[in-house]
Amino acid sequence: MAPPTTAGRAGNNLHLSLGNSRTLLDRVLTLLAIGLSLFALFPLLSVLYMLLVRGGELLSPSLFTELTPGAGMEGGGIGNAVLGTLIVVLIASVLSLPLGLLAAIYLAEYAGESKLGTLVRFAGKVLTGMPSILAGVFAYALVVVTMGSFSALAGGVAMSVLMVPTVMLTAEQALRAVPEKMRMAALGMGATRMETTLRVVVPTALPGILTGVMLALARAAGETAPLLFTALFSDYWFEGRLGSPIASLAVLIYNFSGSPFPHLVKLAWAASLILVFLVLVLNVGAQLIIRRPQEF
Amino acid sequence: MNADMSTQASLAAAPEVATGAPAPAAAGPVLMDCRVEHIFYGSFLAVRNAEVPIIANEITAFIGPSGCGKSTVLRSLNRMNDFVPGFRMEGHVHYRGQDIYAPGVDPVAVRRSIGMVFQQPNPFATSIYNNVAFGLKLNRFKGDYAERIEKALRGAALWDEVKDKLNSSGLALSGGQQQRLCIARAIAVEPDLLLMDEPCSALDPIATRRVEELMLELKQTYTIAIVTHNLQQAQRVADRTAFFFVDTSAGGRTGYLIEYRPTQELFGDPKEEQTRAYIRGDFS
Repeated sequence: MAPPTTAGRAGNNLHLSLGNSRTLLDRVLTLLAIGLSLFALFPLLSVLYMLLVRGGELLSPSLFTELTPGAGMEGGGIGNAVLGTLIVVLIASVLSLPLGLLAAIYLAEYAGESKLGTLVRFAGKVLTGMPSILAGVFAYALVVVTMGSFSALAGGVAMSVLMVPTVMLTAEQALRAVPEKMRMAALGMGATRMETTLRVVVPTALPGILTGVMLALARAAGETAPLLFTALFSDYWFEGRLGSPIASLAVLIYNFSGSPFPHLVKLAWAASLILVFLVLVLNVGAQLIIRRPQEF
Repeated sequence: MNADMSTQASLAAAPEVATGAPAPAAAGPVLMDCRVEHIFYGSFLAVRNAEVPIIANEITAFIGPSGCGKSTVLRSLNRMNDFVPGFRMEGHVHYRGQDIYAPGVDPVAVRRSIGMVFQQPNPFATSIYNNVAFGLKLNRFKGDYAERIEKALRGAALWDEVKDKLNSSGLALSGGQQQRLCIARAIAVEPDLLLMDEPCSALDPIATRRVEELMLELKQTYTIAIVTHNLQQAQRVADRTAFFFVDTSAGGRTGYLIEYRPTQELFGDPKEEQTRAYIRGDFS
């Protein structure tokens, strides 16, 4: 091939060489960036590895069907804690989703930049950053003290306090992202504001809203602090009484991991694995909803 | 849906058409007696002196340069301007004898009889079927949905293209198809009057031609008012044309009506110098 006429000026070496300080710096920084990215993955991967190795040991169907054993006993499972976590999350959802979603509708569709809207939005942002143990204190004062006992309900209230701001703010963002022309289309058809919101804006924003809900659920399901002095713990199955203490994975891990009995520590590892798996499923679910092509 | 309105008031007699032009022999009754004296946005005077009676079963075009208030006047015909903060109108808009700005009138009820098609196609993020069914559901329509939806889609000349994919997304259609879907959605509830705000400005010439043919068919059944920047379009479809202009003399930008006459007369022999200049400028 003929040498290109636009070749470098005479004397310029066009070959790649690590002797060139700029090339060398480029390579070093690139490697450093890759290395540090991998390093950032290290905690997550090592936690997952330990969970699989230590927690996987006890993995069996009976883990989900049997009650937590007493101190010093062998066997048993964490069935009551798995069920308990699901029930507390369900209570929290029933309490927080209507509240959070309706507040989001108010903020996005009605409040605008009004004083009340600004205040609620600000309060929501402050609440998302609130230490979760304070949610527990709040539920303790509100439910445990007034009802006179630790209870599943108190645990649900504590968790819902954590969920409401997340649900509200993410749902508001999702609703605001709906193009104005769709609102105009509905209003132009003679829809009322609420019909426009419920029939057009909310369905269009649904993927975004669901993502926020799942992230809020994932966060709440993994919280220990708010449950410690609200839902407490129970070695028995949930018997339909919301006024009684209830088991949960998070509190089980907290209680058993510090136990002197090796079997209980193993159960804590298994519970950790299940809890991380649960949270992971919720997070991946949220990701799938986000990535779903916005056809509808 | 609008049965109570249509039985309540027979059509008012046609008043004198603006600027003393001879009314065409075939002029029908006035469906909407629009007499805008002033439209304000806050303290800003957006439009003054726009008297545009809209005749039943005709196509009325609003033309004029940007900022001349033609869209503002169109949107005041079904109270879509209510959503603009500070909107205030002086004058009246009588629809079948009822003042739609009278206290106690529900703007939602007005919009159910007076449909709107927007500049940008704005189908909902749902299936084609549900897009057209939207207005029927709002009105708690109890009849045969499939039949009404087919009728509306046929009316919008879209049926043959979408009949096999009614459950696919309205957003997956091309721009021209989306706009016809919006028209189908609007006519599914059989509105009395259809307002179209530059419905073809986002469409290519072929899609534009289809929408224009559609408008000519629709006027057999409906009445249409259209804002357009395209003078040829006004000439092709409109029975009557209103020419608006901008008055900057008072320092602001206030739109006002120059003349409103049968389309052929307005383009063939404009009475006003501004009209003549505007039409000539665009054709040169």
